[in-house]
Amino acid sequence: MKPSLLQQQSRRSNSFRGSNPLDSSPDGGGGAGKSPAAIFWLVLHGLCCLVSLVLGFRFSRLIFFLLFSTSTNSNTGLYQTSPFRTVADIAENLAFSTSLPSLDSSPANRTTGTAGVSSSGVVVGRHGILIRPWPHPNPDEVMKAHRIIERVQREQRAQYGVKSPRTVIVVTPTYVRTFQTLHLTGVMHSLMNVPYDLVWIVVEAGGVTNETASLITKSGLRTIHIGFEERMPISWEDRHRMEARMRLRALRVVSEKKLDGAVMFADDSNMHSMELFDEIQKVKWIGAVSVGILVHSGHSDEDLSVRNEGDESNSPVPIQGPACNSSDQLVGWHTFNSLPYVGRSANYVGDRATVLPRKLEWAGFVLNSRLVWKKAEDKPDWVKDLDMVARDEANVESPLSLLKDSSVVEPLGSCGRKVLLWWLRVEARADSKFPSGWIIDPPLEVTVPARHTPWPDAPPELPTSEKVTSIKESSEKRATKTRTHRSRRGSRSKRKHEARSVDAHVSERHSGEN
Amino acid sequence: MMRVCEWLFVTLLVYCLVGRFGVEGLDQNTLTERISGSAGDVLEDNPVGKLQVYVYELPSKYNKKILQKDSRCLNHMFAAEIFMHRFLLSSPVRTRNPEEADWFYTPVYTTCDLTPTGLPLPFKSPRMMRSAIQLISSNWPYWNRTEGADHFFVVPHDFGACFHYQEEKAIERGILPLLRRATLVQTFGQRNHVCLKEGSITIPPYAPPQKMQAHLIPPETPRSIFVYFRGLFYDVNNDPEGGYYARGARASVWENFKNNPLFDISTDHPTTYYEDMQRSIFCLCPLGWAPWSPRLVEAVVFGCIPVIIADDIVLPFADAIPWEDIGVFLAEKDVPNLDTILTSIEPEVVLRKQRLLANPSMKQAMLFPQPAQPRDAFHQILNGLARKLPHDKNVHLKPGEKILDWSVGPVGDLKPW
Repeated sequence: MKPSLLQQQSRRSNSFRGSNPLDSSPDGGGGAGKSPAAIFWLVLHGLCCLVSLVLGFRFSRLIFFLLFSTSTNSNTGLYQTSPFRTVADIAENLAFSTSLPSLDSSPANRTTGTAGVSSSGVVVGRHGILIRPWPHPNPDEVMKAHRIIERVQREQRAQYGVKSPRTVIVVTPTYVRTFQTLHLTGVMHSLMNVPYDLVWIVVEAGGVTNETASLITKSGLRTIHIGFEERMPISWEDRHRMEARMRLRALRVVSEKKLDGAVMFADDSNMHSMELFDEIQKVKWIGAVSVGILVHSGHSDEDLSVRNEGDESNSPVPIQGPACNSSDQLVGWHTFNSLPYVGRSANYVGDRATVLPRKLEWAGFVLNSRLVWKKAEDKPDWVKDLDMVARDEANVESPLSLLKDSSVVEPLGSCGRKVLLWWLRVEARADSKFPSGWIIDPPLEVTVPARHTPWPDAPPELPTSEKVTSIKESSEKRATKTRTHRSRRGSRSKRKHEARSVDAHVSERHSGEN
Repeated sequence: MMRVCEWLFVTLLVYCLVGRFGVEGLDQNTLTERISGSAGDVLEDNPVGKLQVYVYELPSKYNKKILQKDSRCLNHMFAAEIFMHRFLLSSPVRTRNPEEADWFYTPVYTTCDLTPTGLPLPFKSPRMMRSAIQLISSNWPYWNRTEGADHFFVVPHDFGACFHYQEEKAIERGILPLLRRATLVQTFGQRNHVCLKEGSITIPPYAPPQKMQAHLIPPETPRSIFVYFRGLFYDVNNDPEGGYYARGARASVWENFKNNPLFDISTDHPTTYYEDMQRSIFCLCPLGWAPWSPRLVEAVVFGCIPVIIADDIVLPFADAIPWEDIGVFLAEKDVPNLDTILTSIEPEVVLRKQRLLANPSMKQAMLFPQPAQPRDAFHQILNGLARKLPHDKNVHLKPGEKILDWSVGPVGDLKPW
């Protein structure tokens, strides 16, 4: 505890007499009479003061430091102690005290007035402040520290997170189209952040393509890429139905390969929260979460009329999911109210009207993979065999078709109160084009040339080859500089531009100007 | 003959196998580990029934009136003396019959004379203590019987019963002469120091348990700060040049690691101090003007491994708690190597230390909860007192024998209070 401010006075006065509280105890020089020793010390003291005044620091400390350096404060060669401070340490006790000079800094304290105490390594008094010559962090040590942090966090997750986390099996139907990269990248990044083991089953309509394959391998996740040998239809109705069949295909793969874990359906245009993957771990057999339905409105006029209608009746809350009673038991389902949109919904992919979800989207369900296995011990008897269900593929609307009794569904996400993912369907027209792999090759044609007019201070005639190289350079620069940008920095960029020009035109122009 | 050998061998084998289980190791609950100090698994001991304590009834000018004058004494880090009194008054170990008491307790609040800023002044404490002892020695025969050898006093101030906040002055004064034979319960502990006498019980400083409980964060919050410290590095009011305060150790920490991204150290007073400690792996507990500090208690409660930078320090309940296994000790001269030393600790060792810290008995032993709970610091003090029983033969003085000298000490102490 530090001394109070009130005592600062006494402390300071104390320090003038050195931290050696020997005022009361008898010492050599002081005491009775003006012995020659006392006068000598007084004179020496005065001399030291004068010299210090001239030099600007207390040089007497330096002398004493050189004479009496102790182990506690000596320069070990490795560490730079603050030199004036260390000298101050030692000499502070001595410079103004009349006690014998043989008293080394603070170790003196323990030899006097503290009878009966064995010598301790710890001494009272002023110590040097040890500073190492290169206080910067060592990169190896920083890496070691990060490894320690990571190990500690892993242990924390093991203790407080989910015990024995299950593999997450993600089923995504997809096909090649303009918006595929956008959607699939979103899902991919969400899955890459999942802290559990993951298997990503991508079912692609129209067969396996390099386009999709190259995209999903970038994720670094364990993927199973399945081709579904039918092209994705244009009408939304048919598309929904085909997606259901594609998901059943994926479930068949799960059953064949006997993949163990929790199966969830991540449509490529949906957005998933990280908590969803934590909730999934809690599923026993089949669970349902609440899905936020983001109905993308097409025409603004239509949207207004929809909203008006909606306000008159109870406003449609765009949530699909389990409905619970007060004792957190499943009593029913919230489904999307599509009545306001009747007759105005989109019919085909790329239609400007609103795309409506099904009554219950697959995305809101989670299954224990053992439900679809052929043979699994303690597989409950309320689940139908996958093959039987698959025979009637066209009529499978949601995973509930797998069940004989849909009341066994477990509501997740605090009984459906938390919305853990969002459903969205946004697509471009079916005939829209996009560069394959989103790589521009061959280069696009120049639609707006970088230079329209000659430079203001340019020489009137320019060799034509010169012009060509300049245009090529500007396109190579990926058109980050606009025309006005360049003209403002006319002379400077021209000089830079000259420097870049590789051929002999440089020397020509130089001679021309100078 | 062979038969005997065989049986011997078998029994030895069985003993070894049986003895291996039940030893300090992993519990069924792998989160924590049992704590076994040099005195055995004593954190869980229950002192009730092992000792009897008689509480002297002193006039209220020694305790209640002082508290009434300034109630801040209940919240500062020296509040243990007050809470110990309250605990003993209602504890089952209290006995009203002094003849059957093993220990005698004198409730005198010597650390309750506060400055306007809340720091206790120790200048009247020696006189107060002398006055209290004078009272008990004249009104009851038990002091004179042993000259205080079976009495204990709670002296939680900076340097214990030396009654001064400045170390040189404290050393010069030494322990109050009248307390030379008594057992001292104090926060100060440093080996080979005048102010720590043989047989003292070192206790943690008081830290408000409710305040700390109120700032708990979910344990799954990942610990992302490597080293954490908040406090002074230079005491500019009392030691502007540096080198005196904390023997230069804190200044050294600052100068060496102020730019190190692994070290979150500053003199801020954040409101999220307790929360930040729960997000840190190591918490520095360097000495200040005295070697002890409430940071140790806070670090233990929040599961942050304490890095103790104080040479020769004696930590609370050192015989019951294996501090070497729980914390990291650093010599003051090694402060410039702090980052090397901390990063070279094996991750498994770090995890083990965290497991030991997670043991609820460990946290409980550092706290003074109101009302008292089993295995808390009050009970650990009683355990410590119980371990010193039975008293030695020479505790009781022969008739006419006198050891303590009542006239020894600075002149100022001898004035009545």
